[in-house]
Amino acid sequence: MTSLRVLAAMSGGVDSAVAAARADEAGHDVTGVHLALSRNPSSYRTGARGCCTLEDARDARRAADVIGIPFYVWDMAGRFHADVVQDFVAEYARGHTPNPCLRCNEKIKFAAVLDRAVALGFDAVCTGHHARLEPGADGGTRLVRSVDAAKDQSYVLAVLTSEQLGRAMFPLGDTTKDQVRKEAADRGLAVADKPDSHDVCFIADGDTRGFLRGQLGSAPGQIVDVDGTVVGSHDGSYGFTIGQRKGLGIDRPAADGRPRFVLGIEPVSGTVTVGPAEALEVTEIEAGRAVWSGCLPPVGPLECLVQLRAHGDVHPAVCEPDGDLVRISLREPARGIASGQAAVFYDGDAVLGSATITRSR
Amino acid sequence: MSNLDAAGPDRVPVPDARTAPASPVYLDHAATTPMLPAALAAMTAELAELGNPSSLHNAGRRARRVVEESRELIAEAYGARPSEVVFTGGGTEADNLAVKGLYWARRAEHAARRRVLATATEHHAVLDSVRWLAEHEGAEADWLPVQPTGVVSPAMLAEAIERDPASVAVISIMWANNEVGTVQPIAELAELAAEHQIPFHSDAVQAAGQLPVSLAESGATALTVTAHKIGGPVGVGALLLAKGSEPVPVLHGGGQERDVRSGTLDVPAIRAFAMAVQAATERRADEAKRLAWLRDDLIAQILAAVPDAVLNGPPPGPGRLPGNAHFSFPGCEGDALLMLLDARGIACSTGSACTAGVAQPSHVLLAMGADEARARGSLRFSLGHSSQQSDVDALGAAIGEAVERARRASR
Repeated sequence: MTSLRVLAAMSGGVDSAVAAARADEAGHDVTGVHLALSRNPSSYRTGARGCCTLEDARDARRAADVIGIPFYVWDMAGRFHADVVQDFVAEYARGHTPNPCLRCNEKIKFAAVLDRAVALGFDAVCTGHHARLEPGADGGTRLVRSVDAAKDQSYVLAVLTSEQLGRAMFPLGDTTKDQVRKEAADRGLAVADKPDSHDVCFIADGDTRGFLRGQLGSAPGQIVDVDGTVVGSHDGSYGFTIGQRKGLGIDRPAADGRPRFVLGIEPVSGTVTVGPAEALEVTEIEAGRAVWSGCLPPVGPLECLVQLRAHGDVHPAVCEPDGDLVRISLREPARGIASGQAAVFYDGDAVLGSATITRSR
Repeated sequence: MSNLDAAGPDRVPVPDARTAPASPVYLDHAATTPMLPAALAAMTAELAELGNPSSLHNAGRRARRVVEESRELIAEAYGARPSEVVFTGGGTEADNLAVKGLYWARRAEHAARRRVLATATEHHAVLDSVRWLAEHEGAEADWLPVQPTGVVSPAMLAEAIERDPASVAVISIMWANNEVGTVQPIAELAELAAEHQIPFHSDAVQAAGQLPVSLAESGATALTVTAHKIGGPVGVGALLLAKGSEPVPVLHGGGQERDVRSGTLDVPAIRAFAMAVQAATERRADEAKRLAWLRDDLIAQILAAVPDAVLNGPPPGPGRLPGNAHFSFPGCEGDALLMLLDARGIACSTGSACTAGVAQPSHVLLAMGADEARARGSLRFSLGHSSQQSDVDALGAAIGEAVERARRASR
């Protein structure tokens, strides 16, 4: 095996620590780098729940010490704010439901960090993502789901191009999370039993709606039933996501007496449309910004599986690319499809490509 | 923990060789220096001895004798009387004691004495002590501006004092800057303070060992010195405190060190400190010439490899520490350069404070008028007693390619 110069992105969590240790053990020349993503680290999530606190930086440094690799902190706060946080806010303002982890992989870890690493002489960026990389048909690299289906992160990596995947290293894809924790303990890594991170790392208290209100201000609007009846009001349409049932603040039961779900968000007027569950069902989806990393861009209709949200179900579908766009026809209706989320195309466990949902019906 | 297991219960675990690369080219003496053999031997021997210097029995007397002999050596080297040497746990503690203690003492005499004068380029031990006094103790921080070379003009200090001499509690101006090596005209500045009987403190941590530092000749009220910048151990320093000056203690306890600094004295560290001071003082003049010569060659080699590199701070000469070189490399991030040089076994520093390991633009360079990009793209190379021509040559051979790479990375 060729020894590569590898930059291991180390969040301070157990996965990236074990990934770095494995890359080192495999004979690569590994340097650990913690990405500082906040200009004010205490304002982001603390301790076990976050990815960018002082404590996490120290955990990452300590893991690098134990592994025996050099360690540095890279300040990516400016890029992170511009490309991830502001994008997150702008997407909600547009009535979309963004996935910031996906954006971080696309714009930070495998773009800003990878570019800087390559310029500094590194060959690859190693992370603790649960996904596999395999040789593709045309000599490229394709992305495949983790063996641990519950922890699989191929969905948030599917936005990467084959060039980006060719510079990536995911040493944990063949390992379950339980095995990773056990291995961390065996290696003497103190982060072995550190809890998993959840939610959005840059929203300290987990209150996404409150965070968005702080960023976007109050923007009152109406909640309208599908039949046109005004059933309530809200102070910002960004507080809603397609398919949402809880926290709608509707003050009376619907005419048919059945629960109501968010069907649509009109950011200009601020109107949030609600209706019964079956009205959420869609079969036709349009998506933009298509990336085909696991195959050549299809020239005609493509039978595949499509996943429409993180940790969501897969749906048999026919995809028809049209330049940068993809039209997706689901074999069976799916519910709660939000614009801004990624549609990721799979052949079995292998990622073919992805696109960003813009419309559905 | 394989390291611990292999080491067994009674051995200190030895880190993997790659964890602590030997950094064969060590250009970071302003951060800390290798211990001189005489200091290491003295400390090791003393660690095996018993005795608290405050005890009255034989073991205590023996320890006390070691401390007092050390105190006399240090006092002589720095132009002080033995009673003017107050041992501390290092430079930061001595700076805190001087700034806070003298402020409190002066304020207690006259409530109007609220102003603290200091340069904006002080080490954080002084800078943050002054800020803390302003935030919590009613002090008014009066920051003295510096010229683009980092030097503070006596006229500027005179003007600041004369705005209202009765309101000045204490003045603190560092002898030589830890980042860019600027040497301040300490005697002139101290004289201005003395004209108004205002206590004058100077952090001489970087100056001691490279410049002739004397409490008596400088006219300062208090000087901070520390051991590990001159080949002694980390964790011991001293405040040289002129007779008659009584700062309010920061640490209260057993009343050691003239009641100014309580705490059991660290006899092995103090003995090693004295050995390092003695060795550094004996060879200081020759060593300063040697370091200046090496440093000038380092500057020449860097400018030859990177013609647009900018030397920060004063030009080489009496206005600059002989072991200091500090450059901005246009178009580079200092931390990327540091990493590339580290990978080649060359140790240097971005010379700036860290938050979560994130390099902040140096407050020293910003105070000298540099913009943020220039401040971020800078590196400090500091020479000391272990430096050799081969270190300078290794840097000269590596810097060109490293800068080229770092420039590509910041595009």
